[in-house]
Amino acid sequence: MAQWLSDWLTLSPQWEWVAYLTVALLQAVILLALVMTAVALATWAERKVAGRIQDRLGPTRVGGRFGWLQPLADGLKLFTKEDLIPANADAVLFRLAPYLSFAPVFGVFMALPFSDGWVAHHFNTAAFFILAVLGLEVFGIILGGYASGSKWSLLGGMREAAQVVSYEVPLAFSAMLPILLAGTMDLVAIGEAQRGWFWNWFVFHDPFTFVAFWIYVICAVAGTNRAPFDLAEAESELVAGFHTEYSGFRWSVFYMGEYAAMAAVCGLGVVLFLGGWNGPIPVAEWLFGPASSTSPIVNFLSQLLGAVNFIIKCIIGVVFMISLRWTLPRPRIDQVMSMCWKYCFPLAALAFLGATLWVLMLPDGLLGQGHPKASTCEQSVMVTVERIETP
Amino acid sequence: MTGPDGMAILFWLFAIVTCGGALVVVLSRHIVRAAVGLILSLFGVAMLFLLAGAEFVGAMQLMIYVGGTVVLLAFGVMLTARRPLLPLSTTRDQWLAAVLLACPLTVILVQAALSYAPTDSVSAQVDAHSGVSTPVGMLPVTPARLGMALLGFSQDNHRPDGGEVSHGDSGYLLPFELISVHLLVVLIGAAYLARREVPSGMTPRDNQGQLQ
Repeated sequence: MAQWLSDWLTLSPQWEWVAYLTVALLQAVILLALVMTAVALATWAERKVAGRIQDRLGPTRVGGRFGWLQPLADGLKLFTKEDLIPANADAVLFRLAPYLSFAPVFGVFMALPFSDGWVAHHFNTAAFFILAVLGLEVFGIILGGYASGSKWSLLGGMREAAQVVSYEVPLAFSAMLPILLAGTMDLVAIGEAQRGWFWNWFVFHDPFTFVAFWIYVICAVAGTNRAPFDLAEAESELVAGFHTEYSGFRWSVFYMGEYAAMAAVCGLGVVLFLGGWNGPIPVAEWLFGPASSTSPIVNFLSQLLGAVNFIIKCIIGVVFMISLRWTLPRPRIDQVMSMCWKYCFPLAALAFLGATLWVLMLPDGLLGQGHPKASTCEQSVMVTVERIETP
Repeated sequence: MTGPDGMAILFWLFAIVTCGGALVVVLSRHIVRAAVGLILSLFGVAMLFLLAGAEFVGAMQLMIYVGGTVVLLAFGVMLTARRPLLPLSTTRDQWLAAVLLACPLTVILVQAALSYAPTDSVSAQVDAHSGVSTPVGMLPVTPARLGMALLGFSQDNHRPDGGEVSHGDSGYLLPFELISVHLLVVLIGAAYLARREVPSGMTPRDNQGQLQ
């Protein structure tokens, strides 16, 4: 794309970086706009779902048609709120923490494919990169808790650190199954491996991936610090946990980080387990033929359909997470930790072993039809060996 | 992917981030600020890896160093600090020892950096020697290839000129195994330390710092 822009503007080679910079900025701005819209919609959905589930009268009535004014009112309130820095706080770190918490989550969207070819940067190891970057979010929260100079914040930050570091392990383990089945860490390839009817999705590949999917869901909820795992901001014990001392804009950056992280883990889960941009019924293939179509318009339409599929699945995931928050009670911190280490982690490890055996024993699936890409892993190793032996 | 010039700009940007973070680590009197500097520095290194096309190593850097080690460090600081915002005091002896260690390291690193041939003059065949950086014309470094190299199927096994394979060229199997033994020792050590700590409980001083 950058090359095309550079050619189109007939830039001389030494000014080519301007084109690259423009394209990079454009992509970043598009992604940022998308994430911000998602956050605004998510706050709206949060109120609505809460109102419906818990019979709260306010959210179901206030704010114009369908309550569309509510996110605007929220935003106005946050921007006009007084910005406080406690006297006890470390001012530099206190200011830095919200951005450290939000930036990694935004980085995730760089590697997340929205459709077949719609990805800001096509990473070879996108799944691994996303897991790595998602793990960085916690540092901003720890830092915010520490720099506030308040007991509540410190306790909240410590809980968050313990919880997220623990839940990263089963999360990575369960995310490893689709990587194993597709034989690659490239999210575009993983999505492509699930092309076709919905039974090609990795969640329905075998019983073990089904278990792994639910472990992924639990760990994703815990990893994004959402209720019922919001121990770090448990309002009945810790006032507001790590963001007790924050107000106004900085608080809203934490908040945006949380909602963006929800969207990010849903996106990763959708690509890994739920077929990514492939709909439950292969409508796109009937309409547009095989993937590599030559016509740019047909290509664009099929990409668009894929992106719509992907975003609908993400929205379902986010709404599911929101409804979890308003239905389940919050466990104690020791219950949260034992759930991770005593149940999720062994189950994820077992599912991993089981899926490995399944691929070895039943490479063609139960019905003998064969999963389109199930043996890619073996193939890629063979290809690698051949390539090495014949340099 | 950025072009040559964009690449250079990004390289300098991340190099400055890396060095600036490292300076913060060394010069800050405040341990948590130093940890933030360390994050910046390691993040810059990861971005340099990504810039060089070594995506797997870059993501690994983010996951292990930034996401793992530094978070554990901050966690440890928070658990052990007697009160928040404790300043760090270094004595003159420690500075002396640090300078004595750092100077030879700097000399070695600078010498290594200067002795590496520029990419332009390296032919495609010799490029295959390095498994990490991806000069132009080289096969993309996939995690599969890295994994094969770690299991002993390195490309180094097969000299491009068809010459004999010398004894030290059998991939990275031995270092890999050595690292796993090392990690096992660390695990056992950690378990041992934790075991001794538990019956005696936290010292009163730590407890006080925790609860104020």
